[in-house]
Amino acid sequence: MQLAQALRERKTSATELTRQALAAAKNRVDLNALITLDETGALAAAERADTALTKNPASALAGIPFAHKDIFCTNGLRTTCASRMLDNFVPPYNATVVDKLAAAQAVAIGKANMDEFAMGSSNENSFYGPVKNPWDTARVPGGSSGGSAALVAAGIVPFATGTDTGGSIRQPAAFCGITGLKPTYGRVSRFGMIAFASSLDTASVLARSAEDCAQVLAAMAGHDGRDATSADRAVDDYLAALAKPLQGLRIGVAREYFGAGIDAGVAAAVQAALKQYEKLGATLVDVSLPNAALAIPAYYVIAPAEASSNLARYDGVRYGYAAKEPKSLEDLYTRTRAEGFGAEVKRRILVGTYALSAGYYDAYYLRAQRVRRLIANDFAEAFKTVDLIAGPTTPTVAFKLGEKNSDPLAMYAEDVNTVAVNLAGLPAISLPAGFSEKLPVGLQLIAPAFEEARLLNAAHQFQLASDWHAHKPEGVA
Amino acid sequence: MSAYGNWQPVIGLEIHAQLSTQSKLFSGASTAYGAEPNTHTGLVDIALPGTLPVPNRAALDKAIRFGLAIDARIASHSVFARKNYFYPDLPKGYQISQYELPVVAEGKLAVRLDDGRTIEVAIERAHLEEDAGKSLHEEFHGATGIDLNRAGTPLLEIVSKPVLYSAAEAVAYMRTVHTLVRWLGVCDGNMQEGSFRCDANVSVRPVSSEKLGTRTEIKNVNSFRFVEKAIEYEIERQIRALENGERIVQETRLYDPARHQTRPMRGKEDANDYRYFPDPDLPPLAVTADDIAAVKATMPELPEARRKRYVDALGLPEIDAAQLCADRATADYFEAVLATLPGEAKLAAETLNTQGALHPDAKLAANWTLGEVSAALNEAALSIEQSRVSAPALAQLLARLREGVISGKIAKDVFAAMWGGEGDADAVIEKRGLKQISDSGALAAAINAVLAEYPTQLADFRGGNEKLLQFFVGQVMKRTRGQANPQQLNALLREKLK
Repeated sequence: MQLAQALRERKTSATELTRQALAAAKNRVDLNALITLDETGALAAAERADTALTKNPASALAGIPFAHKDIFCTNGLRTTCASRMLDNFVPPYNATVVDKLAAAQAVAIGKANMDEFAMGSSNENSFYGPVKNPWDTARVPGGSSGGSAALVAAGIVPFATGTDTGGSIRQPAAFCGITGLKPTYGRVSRFGMIAFASSLDTASVLARSAEDCAQVLAAMAGHDGRDATSADRAVDDYLAALAKPLQGLRIGVAREYFGAGIDAGVAAAVQAALKQYEKLGATLVDVSLPNAALAIPAYYVIAPAEASSNLARYDGVRYGYAAKEPKSLEDLYTRTRAEGFGAEVKRRILVGTYALSAGYYDAYYLRAQRVRRLIANDFAEAFKTVDLIAGPTTPTVAFKLGEKNSDPLAMYAEDVNTVAVNLAGLPAISLPAGFSEKLPVGLQLIAPAFEEARLLNAAHQFQLASDWHAHKPEGVA
Repeated sequence: MSAYGNWQPVIGLEIHAQLSTQSKLFSGASTAYGAEPNTHTGLVDIALPGTLPVPNRAALDKAIRFGLAIDARIASHSVFARKNYFYPDLPKGYQISQYELPVVAEGKLAVRLDDGRTIEVAIERAHLEEDAGKSLHEEFHGATGIDLNRAGTPLLEIVSKPVLYSAAEAVAYMRTVHTLVRWLGVCDGNMQEGSFRCDANVSVRPVSSEKLGTRTEIKNVNSFRFVEKAIEYEIERQIRALENGERIVQETRLYDPARHQTRPMRGKEDANDYRYFPDPDLPPLAVTADDIAAVKATMPELPEARRKRYVDALGLPEIDAAQLCADRATADYFEAVLATLPGEAKLAAETLNTQGALHPDAKLAANWTLGEVSAALNEAALSIEQSRVSAPALAQLLARLREGVISGKIAKDVFAAMWGGEGDADAVIEKRGLKQISDSGALAAAINAVLAEYPTQLADFRGGNEKLLQFFVGQVMKRTRGQANPQQLNALLREKLK
């Protein structure tokens, strides 16, 4: 990270960087990228980081300002999940990810806007209003980690945390022209990260470059005894792996990712990026993921089913929003949930409840789980002959605010290339690969489980040989 | 012909045994009973956003222990599932339980009935689940208070097959399970605190029918007596209804002990679709052969095996063996008494008990454990672990009895003194001068004195009134303050009276 270098050489201080980030955030309130700006907390953390920086060796992230997606619980700092339901919720605990980045002395400046409970692909489903795309403020930044992506793309912070349940890191990274990594399921602890769909939820980072992602993931990853689904295996040295040449790397190009519905401009940019990989010594191999088209229907059964149960705890009894003057217990429940949740969240709770109901469970939930295994098998089969699988992160570039709002199915179709990766639990990265209609295009690379180092290496080598990731929206320094 | 005319009741029990772990099933919070409301609650227990359940292996080990004791199949992978419903004492909006793949399946348990028969009860499954909190309807002026201390406490739900055919069988089975879980140390069995409770599924069918009738479920009955009464009531209610041509409605009913009846329960549990599905926060619970072997290595001798040993190897009557094995602490006490009694060789042949016991002291130790000790404990409301007379102390007393140092009657007095804290048997005997008079010279002197004192009675006796023998025994005992060796006294007296 360039900033880390400057900090170590004492050309600047954590406090100075934090002040700049806070000022930049205030300067771009038009983006609506933050739900909570924590000036006091940030300046105090910066001061601690400056002390740490006087000692050697300080953490590589010491003193670097960043933002947390408002899905990560922060002790003493309001955590809303962009929902009216948690508008007043102040957790008495930190998410493991929050603890780990605090231990690395990174400086959190606040909590980033997002789709409510991480449900959305446009960041229009926030109780706090939509986030704007820094490349074109009439367009969406993608979702659900839209606030995180916009903050990084607008140069306010060099990185932000995000979560990815069905593309929620990769799709906004693609729309905002930045790099976003989704790790293997279980690689990063979910403790303290507000649940959407437990078997799909992953936490990670959006940043300017693969190298920065590697730096942050190194600080976030690892086993956590507070998360029973956390992987108990050593974390690879992501930074050490970055320099490896790509000679001999076999990249599978999934033909299903270039089918109907993909914009020509997006396809052209991605094909050009793949050519670049050939120049770097990689071999392109045609591969097939025959069940790719089933990913969206399976995902939109499994994720809402889990969500319908995960969100049952918001009942107005213990914390969060509670309906005023309930006439009965039933009234407390129905009004709290009717008033506290937004439309998309309610839609998914209804879909999920239906999918789990007696008489429908086998036809929906169980069948979706069988499809999930087919999809995982497709990837396993492909990875017998290739090291990575490539394709466009999204079929289109960022669309206009309001464009797909009234059509949930069109909105869900945005996730066509990303959700299969979550169903299979694999790691994937989206990196800037060019432009279409002056808007960023994302290239998605997918790796076998726990091969984050291979992904980051391939992305970093591409970024050494290209400058798509260095492009910034007009007016961003 | 059944006791119910042409009808046969069919009963299955779901027993909830609270596992005696230090912490909850999915959190580190304490499971101790009786704390101030909502003080034994962690982040996970009150279902704060982002918190996750982490399984408690100690609870799993206890489930395996129970599974081994009922000769069941222990699943190498069992799956936690969510049972979804809304209720204020259920913080997550779902209960974590096991549904399709329980940790323990297909067990069996031998149950001895009061009439002496033994039945084998098939146990369908035993699964782990978390308890809910408590709703407190008093003291809140029309509102409901919620105490989440109990939320997340580990339960083992033990589900029998519908193979119990009377209230008596159901209760005998429930008692046997109660003994077993306490014996194994997996549950404290405290029914007042709700550590052991039971739901009963009851149906009746014509004796000639194979097909089960429509069942009703009686919820949450927490004493043996009430279970028996509730089932009895429900059987009779169903038979009455069927004989009147009515149909039985499948429903949940509550037992009202004040009125001795069951009535339909309305509200939360009815007509719920629980939408069970595997809990995605919890990977399948893996149990390896090594895990099972580790639990096996710590298994105690089971109550049924021990009962059989007491009959076969110690020669105890069935009834004594069953009573001793109703509770592991009692059986252990009995064995500790036996283990510290002096060996057979030291015992005088004529004092060997005459009950046909294979072990010379077993019957004596059993009599005292089930008699004096048990009575004293009951009176003082103590458990046998709290007995004021320890097993070795009782053994010393029984040894003196065996050796003829004191008589059986005196032994009871000595026991009472020991219970009262006057020291061990030898100390009490010494201090109170209770040593039995076995010296024939001293006994002869006492007899002579008595015979001299009662010439009329002596003449009567010699005239053929043999009943007066007991009178003379009594008088000598009185003179010796009960310390005369009874056998010796009898022999000497008969000689003198000739």
